[in-house]
Amino acid sequence: MEHFALWLAAFLTLGIISFLYKDNAWYKLTESIFIGLSAGYWMVSLFWDNFYGKFWVNKSESPYLYVGAVLGLLMLLRLVPRIGWISRWPLSFIVGATSGLWLINYFSSNIMKQIEATILPLFSAQFGSGFDAGAAAIIGNLVIVTGTFSGLVYFFFSKEHKGAFGRTAKLGIWIIMITFGASFGYTVMSRMSLFIGRIDFLLSDWLGMIL
Amino acid sequence: MTSHLMPPLALTLVDIGRILSLAVIAGGLLWLFLRAIKRKEVERRVIFLFIFVSVVAPILFPTVFQEKATPIVKDVFDKIESLPPGSVVLLSYDFDPAMAPEVQPMADAISRHCLVRGLKIIYMCLFATGQGQFTSTLENVIKPEFPDKVNLVDYVNIGYKAGNEGVLNVIITDFKKMFPTDVDGVPYDSIAVFKGIRSCKDLDLVISIGGGKPGIKEWILFVGDPGNVPIASGVAAVVAPLMYPYYPAQMLGMLGGIKGAAEYESELVHHYPQFKNSPTPALLMMGPQTLAHLVIMAFIVIGNILYLLERKKGRKR
Repeated sequence: MEHFALWLAAFLTLGIISFLYKDNAWYKLTESIFIGLSAGYWMVSLFWDNFYGKFWVNKSESPYLYVGAVLGLLMLLRLVPRIGWISRWPLSFIVGATSGLWLINYFSSNIMKQIEATILPLFSAQFGSGFDAGAAAIIGNLVIVTGTFSGLVYFFFSKEHKGAFGRTAKLGIWIIMITFGASFGYTVMSRMSLFIGRIDFLLSDWLGMIL
Repeated sequence: MTSHLMPPLALTLVDIGRILSLAVIAGGLLWLFLRAIKRKEVERRVIFLFIFVSVVAPILFPTVFQEKATPIVKDVFDKIESLPPGSVVLLSYDFDPAMAPEVQPMADAISRHCLVRGLKIIYMCLFATGQGQFTSTLENVIKPEFPDKVNLVDYVNIGYKAGNEGVLNVIITDFKKMFPTDVDGVPYDSIAVFKGIRSCKDLDLVISIGGGKPGIKEWILFVGDPGNVPIASGVAAVVAPLMYPYYPAQMLGMLGGIKGAAEYESELVHHYPQFKNSPTPALLMMGPQTLAHLVIMAFIVIGNILYLLERKKGRKR
């Protein structure tokens, strides 16, 4: 059984990689298996975790659980075109609840604390005191402050980008481009890691070729 | 006598393999450059082949580079070092098998570090598939390397709960409400690891390993900031740039991608030589990673040289 699983995994991995040569039936089969398996896995997992684990087991403990169950059932009405519009009710509940849940935390963490983290002392270590900062910390703080400020200036379109304002906006676009470059570099590293992982599987686990 | 003056060149099979692969790649790039100068089309499959060779060669003939921990990785390491034995660390496996090659090495290295320091670990996951990934740590790290560590006493797996940030919103005030038992059904109150732990606010450190949603961002927004809980992370490289703004004020440190994992492994082996023979997959992956990046950089340079040549020709016309 273990051998079968190994060969199956190798067959599917090669099927996905075969797309690099050209689109083909092997790739399409592998892709469909992947999507089908993912959907099946999530359905079974959510059924046992949510419906059974949270509702069925505890249904006698709280009547509120029935509200959730009914909303869940209403969501399935999307499958019946004539009364599919009812599924918008649970959906609006989800959107409302998620907004409410995120609003305060998002405002506090992503706005207030981020602004706080951008207002940095120039001649002291980031969280230290006095004038004991090293050159690296000072340069780092300067880059963060000027980078954030000029980046924001670039997105201020109510004033024409001319003169000192235009030069700051230009610096902003440079900062943004460098950020995109770093992001792209990290993305390449990420994708390459996944590829290395699969090649490592093929060479070591499947073919046993590692010296 | 001759050998005394000039030591014999002791090339191993691996060395020969390395030299040959580098020669093939360098020669190939030169061929590509010359072909491009002659304005001959280079098919994209040739590019893929180059990347394939540059990944396969260092796997077949391993090349391990020395890694030095950068401050953002060192901060995570130092935080774990600073915790007294018996402290409780929560390790959340917020990833799936697709992300595993990149982040599983982080989870394994951090588990090793916590266990060797005598810290207690609570394992959980916000991804259903994280359960399987924890099994990998259990079978490949905890059981073989720490046979004396006892489930429920030194570590506990409380598993997965659906609800994403909703789960975090509950455990920031009450763990038991969301996780009344561990994965095997052992009641919360009889788990020794949870002694004195009522909510996330009682934890000494939370580390989220992942790269998707829910992940580290949710941990910061729903646990770290509101509960003032020390948070660290190990993330897939694709997410790392998005998380930098949270460091160091809202996130004490981060392992970004396989490079971060390799730095952590290197730091661990440096401080704890007993792990010298333990698997270091991230360090091994840095060989193919580096060579593949060099090849991509060569492509960029070749592409830009050609662009400049084209532009020069255009101006002359």
